[in-house]
Amino acid sequence: MPDLPLKGIRVVDLSMWFAGPMCTRLIGDMGAEIIKIESLRHIDPWRGPVNLEQVRQQFPDRPVSNRPYDCSPGFNLQNRNKYGITLDLGTAEGKEILKNLVKISDVLVENYSPRVMPQLGLDYPALKEVNSRLIMMSLPALGRTGPDKDYLAFGQTIDCMSGMAYLTGYLGEEPMLQSGLSYGDPLSGMNAAFAVISALNYRLRTGKGMHIDLSQVEGLIAFNADSVMDCTMNGRVRERIGNRDRSMAPHGCYRCRGEDQWVVIAIASDEVWKRFCRAIGEPDWTKDERFADLLGRFEHQDELDTLIETWTMQYDHYEAMHVLQAAGVPAGPVLDAKELLEEPHFNARGIYEKVPHREAGIHPYIAPFALFSKMPIHIRMPAPCLGEHNEYVFGKILGMSREEITGLEKLGIIGSVPSAEQQGSM
Amino acid sequence: MEQALSGVKVLDLTHYIAGPYCTKLLADYGAEVIKIEKPRGGDGARRLAPFFHDDPHPEKSGFFLYLNTNKKSITLNLKTEAGKNIFKEQLKNSDILVENFSPRVMPSLGLDYETLRKISPCLVMVSISNFGQTGPYRDFKATEIVLDAMGGWSTIIGHPNREPLKPGGYQSQFVAGLFGAIASVSAYYGQQISSVGQHVDVSVMDAVLYIQMNLTASYTYDNVIRKRYGNRVGPFPSGILPCKDGYIGAITVTAEKWPVFCEWMGMPELVDDPRFKTVADRALNIDELDAIMISWLIEHDQEELFREGQKRGLPFGIPCNTKMLLESKHLKERGYFVEVEHPLTGKVRYPGAQVKMGDLPYKLNRAPLLGEHNEEIYCGRLGYSRDELVRLQEQGII
Repeated sequence: MPDLPLKGIRVVDLSMWFAGPMCTRLIGDMGAEIIKIESLRHIDPWRGPVNLEQVRQQFPDRPVSNRPYDCSPGFNLQNRNKYGITLDLGTAEGKEILKNLVKISDVLVENYSPRVMPQLGLDYPALKEVNSRLIMMSLPALGRTGPDKDYLAFGQTIDCMSGMAYLTGYLGEEPMLQSGLSYGDPLSGMNAAFAVISALNYRLRTGKGMHIDLSQVEGLIAFNADSVMDCTMNGRVRERIGNRDRSMAPHGCYRCRGEDQWVVIAIASDEVWKRFCRAIGEPDWTKDERFADLLGRFEHQDELDTLIETWTMQYDHYEAMHVLQAAGVPAGPVLDAKELLEEPHFNARGIYEKVPHREAGIHPYIAPFALFSKMPIHIRMPAPCLGEHNEYVFGKILGMSREEITGLEKLGIIGSVPSAEQQGSM
Repeated sequence: MEQALSGVKVLDLTHYIAGPYCTKLLADYGAEVIKIEKPRGGDGARRLAPFFHDDPHPEKSGFFLYLNTNKKSITLNLKTEAGKNIFKEQLKNSDILVENFSPRVMPSLGLDYETLRKISPCLVMVSISNFGQTGPYRDFKATEIVLDAMGGWSTIIGHPNREPLKPGGYQSQFVAGLFGAIASVSAYYGQQISSVGQHVDVSVMDAVLYIQMNLTASYTYDNVIRKRYGNRVGPFPSGILPCKDGYIGAITVTAEKWPVFCEWMGMPELVDDPRFKTVADRALNIDELDAIMISWLIEHDQEELFREGQKRGLPFGIPCNTKMLLESKHLKERGYFVEVEHPLTGKVRYPGAQVKMGDLPYKLNRAPLLGEHNEEIYCGRLGYSRDELVRLQEQGII
């Protein structure tokens, strides 16, 4: 089996939360060596609360060791295939060590607000001094330039500011966030990974590094380009249409038998409509002339939705999918977390890998973003415990002596137990 | 013009959204993308709304125009022998092939990866499809809403007792297109380093699952099945609520910001109110809390809440519509929207760079007309004469 494409590429990862770690998750999946840096005073908030009692209260079923910050599902999903070290960048020693690491690395990823790296004296010009071929990836919320560049944003802010929330929601009702997914984050991480790997291709060809500027908001606006174009070409401001479609009808999400079970159905053409009617046994209402063509179905969708539900309510969501798919009608169940894990299609494709973790035990994790025939993506190692690879990175990679490392530990510049007052956010 | 992906040669058999978005990214960052369209009608996205001035003309689809910037278009009928031979000839000069047919199509044309790699051993072939090249649902039918549901997206959007929602637009298609682009540049890097070609299978359903935050992990770790919580996204309070001139994303995120928010509302007494003391208390009494917050928010407008929130370290966001985005001073100053001139639409503004690659230039050249580059590619590059071009055209091959 050939090596993974990015094997031999070293990435210094200063990112935390979701967006930046998604970027380095993708690059790490492709074979790069990711060195994730946290500090004892500021661990990645995705590790969750430091206090064991607080974790037990908040997540009574979570299997936690006496290191709860090593047992967070979100953190452990996003940070596999990464080494983890601690380093206090607020100290002169910390800065010096970071620079030594940058010197022998290829990429640096950070998602602080644009003020932080210059304040630390670690902006691109300074780091370029130590490594002229460095690719630096910054992904602030609104980019590195422009009047609002220093504004704070979390994924949900970005969902708002990019137009995503405005276009999501029930027909005629309020804009809607996506509970449990701050979409702006993973999307920005993906854009960043695309940019970094493109920049690596550029460096391979020219020998030159660069500083990449990514505005998370701008990346997400592109994903609603059709709405933007409707506005620039026709002056139209698109509104929320729920589960409806602008060119298909009926098109929606229908209640099935059982608790909170739903099937979605999309009728794209008269041909699919005929298949649908046959598949559900041609009840009388399907013969109604008003539903015979697209424009009629479009006009009477409210009525159609009610009628369709009289059929879907007789089946569970998987049964409804199989009946309709067998007839060539686009339909699928709304799957929840448990169903996604048990889903035969994902399992046949090998999407989950069970990985043991020192503190959290064995869990299945989503592994590849795509299936590569010659260089398959696997979880080569679980997410790092806090400071787990200090020894490896400071000793082996940077060649520091035992005494030097112990000295840093004593000063609290490195270590593996966080300071107690942090709250975490997962 | 030197760009990040200059010199990368891409043969593009994609249509509609996911595939073309993938090759658009490659093209926008410098790759040469030759898009092969079927001679009659071309890419189906040419028939997707919105259309310039609502005129459903195949060269005026705003969706197509956006998704196909910086590409060249040639026509070729892959169902004919001559068409297949021309395709194979072109493949020899390409680094990457991207296609997003349903998985049965390329093998049925005799153009599966195993056949193609005999012609071009280092070929990177990226196939994007709804359910992937393998698995029990491989040949299922899908549109956007089906993939949103099956990838685990809809289960978390909407109000608890009502139907789950799809996210607005065509998100799963774009997400898969971006994964296709990441796969392309990664596999291309591998090809440059170790002369290895390969086939990459991108599935839209997998792609949606991959971006979920901790849906499946929360289940295996915490025994929690995340569902729909409407706009109430923790840690509380956080969500989209009404304000004076519409809605505001009142995002507080971290628990330690709660006192800051109380102070701002002029209600410092709420900090010690037992109903709202901890995140858990606030979650429990969220109806009361919402009512209090709304009574205050409704007195203030979006701009004021956004700016003042930022000053206090609260990452509030305005749920912008497209018009507000197009008028944003910040986006204007960064030159995000780019004006593109096209013979049938004149100048129109498009969304611009997803990311700015150092000092390297970024330019949007308009999408090609159907078959616009036939002569340039067939005669100029593949060495066909004008006579041959006419003959191929008469036979419906190009």
